[in-house]
Amino acid sequence: MGWFKRIKENIKTPTREKRETPEGLWYKCPKCKHVMSSEDHSANLWVCENCGYHERIGSYEYFSFLFDNREYVELASDLISGDPLKFRDTKNYVDRLEASRKKTGLKDAVRIATGLLNEQEVVIGAMDFSFIGGSMGSVVGEKLARGIDHSLKHNVPFISISKSGGARMMEAAFSLMQMAKTSAKLSMLAKAKIPYISILTDPTTGGITASFAMLGDLNIAEPGALIGFAGPRVVKETIGKDLPEGFQTSEFLLEHGFLDYIVARKELKSKLALSLKLFKH
Amino acid sequence: MPTFLDFEQPIADLIDQLEQAKSIEEKSEVNVKTTIKELERKIRNTTKELYENLTPWQRVQVSRHPDRPYTLSYIEAITGGEFQELHGDRNVKDDKAMVGGFGAVDGETVMFIGQQKGINTKMRQYRNFGMPNPEGYRKALRLMKLAEKFNKPVVTFIDTPGAFPGLEAEERGQGEAIARNLLEMSQLQVPIICIVIGEGASGGALGIGVGDKVLMLENTWYSVISPESCSSILWRSWEQKELAASALKLTAKDMLANKLIDGIIKEPLGGAHANPLEIFERVKVEIQKHLGKLKEMDSEKRIERRIKKFSTMGHYETIETVHVPVEDTGSEV
Ligand SMILES: [Zn+2]
Repeated sequence: MGWFKRIKENIKTPTREKRETPEGLWYKCPKCKHVMSSEDHSANLWVCENCGYHERIGSYEYFSFLFDNREYVELASDLISGDPLKFRDTKNYVDRLEASRKKTGLKDAVRIATGLLNEQEVVIGAMDFSFIGGSMGSVVGEKLARGIDHSLKHNVPFISISKSGGARMMEAAFSLMQMAKTSAKLSMLAKAKIPYISILTDPTTGGITASFAMLGDLNIAEPGALIGFAGPRVVKETIGKDLPEGFQTSEFLLEHGFLDYIVARKELKSKLALSLKLFKH
Repeated sequence: MPTFLDFEQPIADLIDQLEQAKSIEEKSEVNVKTTIKELERKIRNTTKELYENLTPWQRVQVSRHPDRPYTLSYIEAITGGEFQELHGDRNVKDDKAMVGGFGAVDGETVMFIGQQKGINTKMRQYRNFGMPNPEGYRKALRLMKLAEKFNKPVVTFIDTPGAFPGLEAEERGQGEAIARNLLEMSQLQVPIICIVIGEGASGGALGIGVGDKVLMLENTWYSVISPESCSSILWRSWEQKELAASALKLTAKDMLANKLIDGIIKEPLGGAHANPLEIFERVKVEIQKHLGKLKEMDSEKRIERRIKKFSTMGHYETIETVHVPVEDTGSEV
C-alpha cells in the first residue's frame, strides 16, 4: 500500500468539477413520480426511495460511494480527444467536443481512478453518459487501456462501470478499434489471473457490450438497466413487431445466462467487496 | 449479362456499342475490325479512369457488387478444392452466414473462416445476407481453437454488412460472442491473417478481425458503421450516404494511412468481380507471403506484437495540466 499512501499525501488541492446531476431542492422520480428532497435522493445513492428506480449517475457519483473515504487518485486524466478524421456532419466534431466539455465539466466519457474499496486496492473505470452519450472514442479506449496497465503493474483488480450508447461515430474506425484494444488489454489481465469485474449500468449497448463490458470474470448489473448489442429500435425494425416485455433488461440478461448477478446500487460496494475477497482468499 | 453500377454507365454504353459492332460483322461482310479495336481500347481506358478515381461511396458500391466473389469462392480457388467445410458451434446450431474449415494451400493446412453472402435471392436469404448470429461467432471461435490445438494458422475473410440485430441474436448474447472473439483472438497461439474482401461493417466484421496482419482489398470498406446508417443517425436522413462515406474515411487507403490496417491488396481493373481468377491468385500470394514470415516468429512474440499493434491504435491529445490527484469532496452540497 506504500505506493498509494505516497500519492495520497500529495493531495493538496482537492478539485471538484461540475456534477452530472442537476442540483435542486426536490427530485421527482421519472418512473413513479414520487417526490423527495434532493438531499435524501443523493443520500439514497440516486435511487428512488419509493420504486427503486436507479437514476443515471456518472463517474463522480460512483467514485464518491465506492472508494473508502471518497479518496482516490485519478489516472490518465490529461487525455483529451483529437479530431483525427476532421469529422464533420451537421456540426464539427471539435465543436461537439468543446460543447460537451463545457456542459459537463468532463474531459471525455470515462474516468479512471485507483483507491481502496473496503481496504482492498482497486482500479475503477467509470463511464459518463453525459459526455456524447458515453460513446467510446480513442480517449475512452486509451484511458481504459492505461487503467488495465495500472492493474497489471500493481497486481490489483480492475473494475469497469459501463454506461454508453456504443461507439463514437465521429472517430469511425479509430473508435471501432478501441473494442479490439480494450479486449486485447483485458486478455493480458486474464493471463495474469488478475480479477476483472464488469458492472453494466443503464444503458450499455453497441460496441461496449461487444467488447470489455461482456468480458468480466464477473459480469454484474444494476437492476432495470438496458443492456444489448443492437439497440431496441433496430431490433424492432428487424423483426417487424413489438419487443417482448422486459427485453434487453438486466433481468433478461441474467435469465439468459449473461450476468453473474444483479445488484442494487445500495449494495454495490459490499457485494463488490465480497466478490473481491472471494477471489483473493 | 454483367451488372453495371450507376457510375459504370459509360462502360455499359461502350460495351453495348461493341456488341452491336460484333453483330454487324457477323451478319454482313463489312469490315469493322478497326472499330472493334478502338472500342475495346476505349472500354479499357474508361474503366481505368473510372476505377482510379472512385469516390469513397463508389467503392462501397463496388464492395457490394452482386457479381463480387464471396468467401467460399476464395477458399475453393486458393485450396484448389482441397477444402473441408466444418459446421456448427457445438451449442445452438450451424450459422450459414459464417463458414469455415481446414483447407490446403499448396500442401500446407490452413483454417479458413469467413462471413458468407448468398449468390442469388434464395441463397442470400439462406446466408442471412452475410449477417452472423452469435452462434456464427462461436463457430468461428471453435474453429480457431481447433486450429490452435493442431498448430495451424488461421485466415479469415471479412465480408459482412454487420452482425445480425435480431431478437434471438440478443437472447443468445451477440455482444458477448463478439467480445469473446476479440479477447481470444488476441491470445491465439497461431498466426492470424484477416482479409476484408467486401464489406467490413463494425463489430460484426471485427469479431473475426483481430489478426497479426489485417489486409483490405482495394475496393472494400471497413468502419464502425455503414454510410447509410451513419447518415440516418448524424444527418437524420438516408440521403447523405455519400457525404457519410467520405467523412468516415472507410477506404483501404484511408485505413492504411491511419495505421488501422497493415496492407492493401490491389484489385484487377474494374474490381475483383471483373477478374476473379486474378484476385484469387493475388490473395493467395499475399497469404503465403505473410504466413511464411509469421510462422517463423515465436508464438509469444507474435501475440505480444499483435496486442501491441491494436493497443497503439487511436488518436488523442494530452492537455498541459498541473497534475493534481483528485479527491472527491462528496456529492452532497
Ligand atoms: Zn420511483
